[in-house]
Amino acid sequence: MSSHFTQQPVGPAVAALVPAQPVALRVNGQERTLRIAPWTTLLDALREYLDLTGTKKGCDHGQCGACTVLVNGKRINSCLSLAVAHVGDDIQTVEGLGTEEQLHPLQQAFIDHDAFQCGYCTPGQICSAQGLLNEGRARTADEVRELMSGNLCRCGAYSNILTAVLEVLHAQNA
Amino acid sequence: MSQTIARPPDIHLGTDYIGRPTSRVDGPAKVTGAAKYAAEFNVPGRYYGVVVSSPVTKGKITKIHSAPVLALPGVVQVFSHENAPALASLDKSYKDDGALGGSPFRPLHAPRILFSQQPVALVVAETFELARYAAFILKIDYEAEPHATDLETQRDAGFEPGKGKFGFQPPPAPRGNAKQAYEQAPHRHEAEYTHLAQHSNPMETFATTVEWLGDGNKLNIYDKTQGAHNVQRYITKVFGLSKDEARVVSKYTGGGFGGGLRPQYQVFMAVLAALELKHSVRVSLTRQQMFSLGHRPHTLQYLRLAADDHGALQSVRHAALAETSQFENFTEDVVSWSGLLYQCENVKLDYRLARIDANSPIDMRAPGAATGSFALECAMDELAYKAGVDPLAFRLLNYAERDQNENKPFSSKKLRECYHQGAAKFGWENRNPAPRSTREGPLLVGYGMATGCWHASQQKAAAKARLTADGRLTVSSASNDIGTGTYTIMTQIAAQTLGLPLEAVTFVLGDTSLPEAPLQGGSWTAASVGTAVKNTCDELAKKLLGLAQKMDDSPLAGVGFEDVQFVDGQIRRNDDITQSVVIRDVLQASGEEKLEVESGATPDTAKQLPYSMHSHNAVFVEVKVDEDLGTVHVTRVVNAVAAGRILNPKTARSQVLGSVVWGIGMALMEESVMDHRIGRYMNHNFAEYHIPVMADIHDIDVVLVEEEDDIVNPLGVKGIGEVGLLGVAAAVANAVYHATGKRVRDLPVSIDKLL
Repeated sequence: MSSHFTQQPVGPAVAALVPAQPVALRVNGQERTLRIAPWTTLLDALREYLDLTGTKKGCDHGQCGACTVLVNGKRINSCLSLAVAHVGDDIQTVEGLGTEEQLHPLQQAFIDHDAFQCGYCTPGQICSAQGLLNEGRARTADEVRELMSGNLCRCGAYSNILTAVLEVLHAQNA
Repeated sequence: MSQTIARPPDIHLGTDYIGRPTSRVDGPAKVTGAAKYAAEFNVPGRYYGVVVSSPVTKGKITKIHSAPVLALPGVVQVFSHENAPALASLDKSYKDDGALGGSPFRPLHAPRILFSQQPVALVVAETFELARYAAFILKIDYEAEPHATDLETQRDAGFEPGKGKFGFQPPPAPRGNAKQAYEQAPHRHEAEYTHLAQHSNPMETFATTVEWLGDGNKLNIYDKTQGAHNVQRYITKVFGLSKDEARVVSKYTGGGFGGGLRPQYQVFMAVLAALELKHSVRVSLTRQQMFSLGHRPHTLQYLRLAADDHGALQSVRHAALAETSQFENFTEDVVSWSGLLYQCENVKLDYRLARIDANSPIDMRAPGAATGSFALECAMDELAYKAGVDPLAFRLLNYAERDQNENKPFSSKKLRECYHQGAAKFGWENRNPAPRSTREGPLLVGYGMATGCWHASQQKAAAKARLTADGRLTVSSASNDIGTGTYTIMTQIAAQTLGLPLEAVTFVLGDTSLPEAPLQGGSWTAASVGTAVKNTCDELAKKLLGLAQKMDDSPLAGVGFEDVQFVDGQIRRNDDITQSVVIRDVLQASGEEKLEVESGATPDTAKQLPYSMHSHNAVFVEVKVDEDLGTVHVTRVVNAVAAGRILNPKTARSQVLGSVVWGIGMALMEESVMDHRIGRYMNHNFAEYHIPVMADIHDIDVVLVEEEDDIVNPLGVKGIGEVGLLGVAAAVANAVYHATGKRVRDLPVSIDKLL
């Protein structure tokens, strides 16, 4: 007994694909012009066209938070956003927060408290934490837990991430 | 004689790094985004390959309609079984270091479909966006056949797997008479414990960037793997390349958990495309495709235990039936722990496999033991209740002083200390044993505990050490750091052995141009690579002493290696530490630009063989259950672990913290739910395959119990990546019983099972 099955295409092949076009983005304070097709996500624009690979792809569906960046100071999942929608925006990635020589307080706190293991979710966690600080809503450990829960960490470094974020939060509010 | 790592604790020396909490040396690279993972080597002009996965579970491909896709400007090629080149023909060429018994899956080899989401084509295009679109519209015709994916329907089809994969031992022969002892005992318990498949889901999806270098078939293969040499051997055998042509690089690995112990299909496909197109190619899998790479297998476990009136264990029967694929026998040690953890004269253990139409399972953190310890430790809790003994007292009463499976003494075993220290920290003595006895407002509070053990093993490993005239030491070995802290602990060992500051030492890994290390798994990296690094640095130290003794008026002239110490950038005489030379001066005085040594370590099997070598843990858990909603919160965990010498308490603690998070996920959330009508995991994404988030994780206390062991290896380390997971799921389930009076024996303990 057998049955025929055809893997149905999502739609007919588009005869003329929309060509790549120049798009100017302001990333980490720098104006960058890149040639991309309009269906390019902000995440892929950063990683594949601007060589800013600090921003990670963990699911491409807005389910894991690894791609979190700051747009005009607000944290977003860059995989759920098209790059062309961000012309004129201030885009900040983990590379724009600090450098190995001059670490951002969150980056230093993550190292001090061993708030990562494999490091793959880390840039997203740090950008998300900066977004959380910018929002100014979280005050308690439980609030940080809740408001950082869009960022998955499969190594399970949550306790240490919490400690690191609280340290910076308290220092900021001191 | 080599300089010993252990020094009396009262002498504090600046370059004594072993045992000192040390921040990760790769930390700055990871927190700034500078660390490059496999899909981040942006070699110029690369093509992108997107994998097409089969929607059919069993059957064959009848036609691939490539033409409309190839007509799209920018699409380069569609690879499938129809046009893949002839490659190695024998199964043995496809067998990697982690291969199973049977016939390995060959991507793009034949039209036959063996499992849902089997990769059937690779669409290559000039941009990722175009490749993804082209893969979406690629039309493929299949002839589907009826499939069987439910282990429950295969209960009578179990078979003994025999040898299976490297290192697997079938369960020990029965001892005593488990059946008779059970029938005669006053306190008896039997039950079945189950969990569905689970997927390890590291945050980084599997990906490979192949850099085409021209010059014959020279490739740099940037791959996500837990073993660069393993991937190199596989690729060279399958594609007929030389080692020189296939350099494999894996500097950072965004989580492994076992999934990278075998070369995954994206590396095969990326190499195939690069060789055929003579072009650099990147292939990244989607999160959905991560569910096609292997999994912790769906396992059914039958436990039957009995105790006498004093609570002494009289009989242990543990039989497991696990799924495997139609083409390989995936084996893991699920049941032997039940003959090892407790003193018992009557034990019968069985392990069987049954075939379903799914991909072969793969090792997933603490493979076998995580499964087995869940069932055994829940059953022990149930029997303790029946015997009227406190669950912790019950375990202490049946403490195994000797490995009865192997009839050997333990090289060391500080499990008793784990019990005592863990219980004290947790406050176990405050527990009212009666289920449903403790409330906090609307919540039921429960305490549960469990225990586990894991092999301590060492594999052969090699390393290279190079000291340059500027006083910098570079040590290398083709191991991996999947988040385990390998970079950091190897740097600590090397720095201490040569008495150099941490900042002067660089450890390099993840590259087949380096000396070979074993697969990064099994909790054996610290023992294996650590000993190799120690030996290599010792040999370098001896050479350095030789040079130092040739210096004019050397204060070290005539002394032996055992008479000096390498500390704080100096070589000093033990009998008078003021008699010393500065290490940096030695090379400069000798006129040599560098000093280089390549060496390694193999396990001292003669020393190890008489002993059973294991790490142990004891886990204590508090849960709060909302009976109206069925929700379970794990509010407190104490995990006490005895794993030999702890090289770095900071990273070791993190490994145990992570294990607890894994255990909570296993207990409360994780299951890959197969729709058997179509034979596919239906929740194959992060929105529906739930893992813990920060809001799920509360107080976790890690106790690293001191344990000395000079049998396991010269460093005395047992490894800590896996042992911490053991017993966590059982302790949660046991705590849920204590809170609610409900026994949930099929994981996860989800809301529906408590309402």
